[in-house]
Amino acid sequence: MGRFSTLRALCLTIVICGAATRGHAQDTTFRQGVQLWLRYAPGTRPGIVVLPIAGELGDSVRAMLQRDLDYGDRVTIIPTDIPTAAAAAASNGPAINYPLFAKLGAAGIVQVTWASAAIARVAVHNVAQQKIERTQDFPLGGDPKVADGIADWRMSIHAVADELESWITGVRGIAATRIVYSSSGRIWQVDSDGAMTIPLTPATMAMSPAWHPRGSFVAYSAMGGTGNWQVLLRETGGASRVLNTTPGGQNITPVFSPDGNTLVYSHARELGNDLYAVNPFAPEAVRKVTVGRGSDNMSPTFSPDGRQLAFTSNRTGRPEVYISDADGTNAEPLTLGQYSDQSYNSNPDWSPDGRAIAYQSQIAGRFQVISMGLRDRSPRRLTSDGINEDPSWAPDSRHLVFTSSRTGVQQLFVMDAESGRTRQLTHSGAKVRTGDWSSHIKR
Amino acid sequence: MTSRAQRLLVLGVLVIAVVSACRKRQPEVAPQPVNTTPPETCDQRCRDSIRAADERRRADSIANEERRRKEAADRALAALRATLAEKVFFDYDQSMITDESRAALDRKLPILRANAGLRLRISGHADERGSDEYNIALGQRRAVAVKRYLMDQGIDGGRLDVVSFGEEQPAVQGGTEDAFALNRRAEFEITAGGENLTPPR
Repeated sequence: MGRFSTLRALCLTIVICGAATRGHAQDTTFRQGVQLWLRYAPGTRPGIVVLPIAGELGDSVRAMLQRDLDYGDRVTIIPTDIPTAAAAAASNGPAINYPLFAKLGAAGIVQVTWASAAIARVAVHNVAQQKIERTQDFPLGGDPKVADGIADWRMSIHAVADELESWITGVRGIAATRIVYSSSGRIWQVDSDGAMTIPLTPATMAMSPAWHPRGSFVAYSAMGGTGNWQVLLRETGGASRVLNTTPGGQNITPVFSPDGNTLVYSHARELGNDLYAVNPFAPEAVRKVTVGRGSDNMSPTFSPDGRQLAFTSNRTGRPEVYISDADGTNAEPLTLGQYSDQSYNSNPDWSPDGRAIAYQSQIAGRFQVISMGLRDRSPRRLTSDGINEDPSWAPDSRHLVFTSSRTGVQQLFVMDAESGRTRQLTHSGAKVRTGDWSSHIKR
Repeated sequence: MTSRAQRLLVLGVLVIAVVSACRKRQPEVAPQPVNTTPPETCDQRCRDSIRAADERRRADSIANEERRRKEAADRALAALRATLAEKVFFDYDQSMITDESRAALDRKLPILRANAGLRLRISGHADERGSDEYNIALGQRRAVAVKRYLMDQGIDGGRLDVVSFGEEQPAVQGGTEDAFALNRRAEFEITAGGENLTPPR
């Protein structure tokens, strides 16, 4: 290695290993990469090359891995065309031309080979140290060649991408997740990359879907035949059933507790909505959570430890976000009069790391998405283009899905709250809204 | 009389008839009762024919009267239903009954009082501003506010169901203030007892 190359490699190592100190609202801790021993810091995005993958499905797998890593916003995918990447890489790890990849700006190389038809052997190379840091076999689920098997197969590729991101940055990716949402009176689900859009329910004026923390159920509200809004539970791959505690009145905005054993929803018999809690899987009595005295209390979200709730309430006249203990006591306003000229703050979603609550706030007559840091109660405006509503955090507490009118008809968009980078998730002709991001999908 | 004289007489009669036909029409007068007494020369067949004609005329008259009565009743029923269906409107993010809305509700009261079997479904709606979920609750508040007003005027609450559509069923599409104002409303649907409404006395 020449002097210049040595310096370049050193500089690259410093960039990767150095402690970048750019300020960020949330992702402020340095994380140790599991195997690469790269110190990932916010603001740094190590360059990664995904080598061409042999086999009939190799191009698809490579494209998915590149896209998933790119959407994670923690690494920079170095766009190498297949001939260039193939020329730079020999068939075996040790023979890879590391200096050439270093010149391309790569800190790591992802190499996928096939241990068998359904087992991907994934290796990550440390370019600076010119060695393979980690290799692991990943059994792939599903079957991409049959209609019923595509979803599982794609999800297993997403899971590989998430694991790769964990190896490289110390933070698990968010590719193996799904988003549920409402559109045209139905509940739909879509993979985090925007693929595999499928309806989960018939058209029943359904809205406000919420994932069970293990992804095994989706709760949502829908108008029943008598005009009452009911809470329904839909098991993955199964049918929907009405939550038997909600036969009458108005029952909306369900949410599961982090342990999955409690469902909190907003109920009104006549005037005033209050939050109620129930175990949806056992014959237990319903517990009243809020005492709104005729005000409307709705759109609850749990803190990650399950001890607190944030919710929307108009108990002071205008919709504001409140925080209370999980039993409804010690309620206090989070947003009262803050960051809004017309004081309309609603639809909170507590980040999985517990550090922030995202919500929508009316600014100059339009809703915008705000993230409120809970340590210093500092609001940070995340959107400005169009009308933006219904934020829901990804499992990494860094990305959000939200509804936006920026392209015309309301659609779901995904934003990296760190960089502001935004991509459109849904492309429907109909209005799309009330998205909820799942935890990692278990296979 | 000679044949010439006869022709002249016929011609004269025709001229008189034509002139009479061309005269300005006199105002219609009530038709004189038709003398249906059969002439003495009328045989049984002739009398049957006249009787049948009489019966048809009587039946037509009854049917016309019935139709007029039914049309009048339909118009009255439609007016009652229109009064019941008259929407009421609300201010932004409000469920308070305005003076205008109160007048519209007051017009429904006598009909509700005169028809004890009448049931209404009151649906509350919101404009597209505000969160979808908050608007479901806001629609409920509006429907309940209307129900409570009617109950305060003595209408049994058991006859009034409430439902909220939030912003899901706008009456008017569009993002203007006029459209918003028309969408902030409560609508009324007759769910029972609407087939034969008794007009209030």
